[in-house]
Amino acid sequence: MNMRRLWAIVMKELRQLARDRITLAMIVGIPVLLLALFGYAINLNLRGLHAGIADQAQTAGSRALVMDMLATGVIEPGMQAPTPAPLMTALKRGRISVAIVIPPDFERRRIDGRAVAQVVVDGSDSTVRAAALQLLQVPIDSAASDTRAPPRSTPVEGRIRLLSLYNPERRSAVNIVPGLVGVILTMTMVLFTAVAVVRERERGNMELLIATPLSRSELMVGKVLPYVVIGLLQTTLILALGVGVFRVPVRGSLWEVYAAAALLIVANLAMGLLISTRAKSQFQAMQMTFFVFLPSILLSGFMFPFAGMPRAAQWLAEVLPLTHFLRLIRGVMLRGAGLWAMWPDVLALLAFALVMMTLAITRFRKRLD
Amino acid sequence: MNESATPAIRVRGLTRRFGELVAVDHVDLEVPARQVYGFLGPNGSGKSTTIRMLCGLLMPSEGEIEVLGLRIPAQAEALRRQIGYMTQTFSLFTDLSVRENLAFMAAVQGVPQRQTRSRIDALLEQYHLADMQRQLAGTLSGGQRQRLALAAAVVHEPKLLFLDEPTSAVDPQSRRDFWEALFTLADAGTTLLVSTHYMDEAERCHRLAILDRGRLVADDTPAALAGALAGRTFQVNTQHPRALQPTLAQWPGVLSVAQIGASLRVLMAADADAAEDICTRMRDALRSSDAKVSVSAVTPSLEDVFVAATREPGAVEATSS
Repeated sequence: MNMRRLWAIVMKELRQLARDRITLAMIVGIPVLLLALFGYAINLNLRGLHAGIADQAQTAGSRALVMDMLATGVIEPGMQAPTPAPLMTALKRGRISVAIVIPPDFERRRIDGRAVAQVVVDGSDSTVRAAALQLLQVPIDSAASDTRAPPRSTPVEGRIRLLSLYNPERRSAVNIVPGLVGVILTMTMVLFTAVAVVRERERGNMELLIATPLSRSELMVGKVLPYVVIGLLQTTLILALGVGVFRVPVRGSLWEVYAAAALLIVANLAMGLLISTRAKSQFQAMQMTFFVFLPSILLSGFMFPFAGMPRAAQWLAEVLPLTHFLRLIRGVMLRGAGLWAMWPDVLALLAFALVMMTLAITRFRKRLD
Repeated sequence: MNESATPAIRVRGLTRRFGELVAVDHVDLEVPARQVYGFLGPNGSGKSTTIRMLCGLLMPSEGEIEVLGLRIPAQAEALRRQIGYMTQTFSLFTDLSVRENLAFMAAVQGVPQRQTRSRIDALLEQYHLADMQRQLAGTLSGGQRQRLALAAAVVHEPKLLFLDEPTSAVDPQSRRDFWEALFTLADAGTTLLVSTHYMDEAERCHRLAILDRGRLVADDTPAALAGALAGRTFQVNTQHPRALQPTLAQWPGVLSVAQIGASLRVLMAADADAAEDICTRMRDALRSSDAKVSVSAVTPSLEDVFVAATREPGAVEATSS
C-alpha cells in the first residue's frame, strides 16, 4: 500500500464530504434527532397521566393512599370504578394509561405487611411504565391515619405491586443511550460507504480511478478511513448529549467506550463497502442497507431482550455487529466493566470487520466487466 | 526515431462479446508510436469497448493484445503507470476544484511530490486553466472541462494516451484548440489513440481505423483512404435535388446519394466504369427530370471513405496496402 496514494484518497473524500451539505447535515442531524426522539423515553418527569381508580376498600387509609398518589402529579384522575374490570377495558382501549386497584382487604393487608395495592400500567408505552415507577414510592403507612400502623422499619418496597401489561421486560432508561450510540453508528456508517463506491461508479469517476495505478486496498481503505473519523465525532456528539442532557453514566473507561465504538465503526464501514461492491445503483445500495439495518435494530437487543428471542433469531443476531457492540457498550458504560473482560465480543467485532473488509477488497475488481 | 519502428499497440483477433452481441469482432490493429491514431465509427461501433480492452479495463473474449510491449490483460497493472486515459464522459470530481483534481491525479499517478506543484502550475498554464484553478470542476464549461480532463490525463507524462470521444460536448473553437494540444503531445513523443465520430477530426489523424458494428473496415492514412476512392465520387448540380435523389439512389452501382446544399453527392461502388463515362450516362439519364443538370467528378472526402467502408466492407481495405 502506497501511503501517498492512500492519503490522496482520504483527502479527496474529506474534501468532498466537506462540500456535501446533506451528508454533513446527516452526520450531525441523525444523532441529534434520534437522541431527541428517544429522549422522551428517557424523560422520567412525565406528568398528568390519565388514571383509573378502583378503590374496593373505601377506608380512610385507602383514600389517603390514592390522594398521595395523585399528589405526586404523575397521574390525574380519569375515571372511578367499583371493580378492576372496567379499568382493564379502559386501559386496553387506551382511555387511561394507569389503573390503580386497591383490594377490599386493604386494611388487613396493610397490617400484615403484604402488598396493599396494584398499579397496572400500559406497558406498551415505556414512558408510562417509567413514570408509574414513582407511584410505587408513595409511603403507605404514613399515608394512613391509622395509629395502629406497624413500625417504620417495614420496608415500603414491594408493598405496592406494579403490573406492567404488554411489555413484561423492564427496560432501564439508561440502556437506551449506549444502545443509541450503536444504532446511530449502524444507521449512518453502513450507508456512507454503501453509497460511496456506487456513487463514483454512477458518476463515472470509477472508470478513471481503476485506470490508474491505485490498488484495490488503497481505494477501499482510503474510503473507510475518513469515515472512521466521522464516526468517532458522532460518538462524541451522542455521548456528550447523553451524559450532559440525559445524565447517562459512564462508569467504565472513556477510552474503552471509544475503542468499542471504533470497532463497530470499522465493522459497519467494511460491511457498507461490501454492499457497495454488489449494488448497481445508489438506490439499490440503500435498499441493501435496510436489510442490515432492520435486523440490527430488532434483533441486537436494542429493542427486545436478547435472552427472550427464539434460537434462530439469536443465531442471526450473533452475526450482526450491533449485537456485540451493545454488550460491550452497556458493559463499559453502565456496569463499568473492562473491554477485555468481554473479549469474545471484541473478537467477534474484529473478525467481522476483517472478513467484511477482505471480502470487499477481493470482490472489488479493477475492471468494468 | 528507433522507437517509432516498434508499434505502441499490437492487436490480433480482438473480440468482445456481451451475451449475444458481438461488440468487437476479430479486430487486427497496429498503432505506430508517436502518432495520433484515430478510431472513426458511429455510436455502437465498438470504439469504446476496444479502448477499454486496450487499457485492461475490460477482458477480451478472444484475441491478443500487446500495449507498450506488455501483454494485456495479464500485465495491465504495469501498463497503468504508463498510460493516460480520458473517458468519454467527464470523470473527474465535480466537487473538487481544478487544482485539487490535478493534485489528486498527480498523487495517484505517482508524480514525485517535489515536482507536483511545478507540474500542476505548468499544466494550468498550458491548458489555460490558471484563472479558474480554485473553481469547482462542476462549474466549468464544456471546453474547460475537456482541457482539465486532458491535463489530468497527462499529469504523469504518459507514453500512451487514450482519448474516448474527447470532444463530443465541445464547441468548434474549443475542438480546434484541443486538437492543437493533442499534436503538441504527439510532438513531445506521446502516442495518442483518439476515438471520434467527427469527420474533420478523423481527417487530422496521422492514421485512421474505421470501425463499423465491431469490425475493422478500413485502416490507413486519411489521404490514402480517400485516394482509394478516386473516380468514384461525383457531384450533381440540379435545381431539384430532392426529386432527383431517389432516382439516383436506384441507379446500378450507386452506394449512396447525399444532398449537400443545392447539389447531390454520389458515391459509386468499386467495380464501376471510368469516371467520364459515368458522368455522361448520369447526365443523360437525369436530363428528362431537369434540363439544366450537370454532373462532374469530385475528389473523395473522408466522409465518402466512411460511407464506402461501412456500406461495402472490404472495399477500401482491399485497395489500400
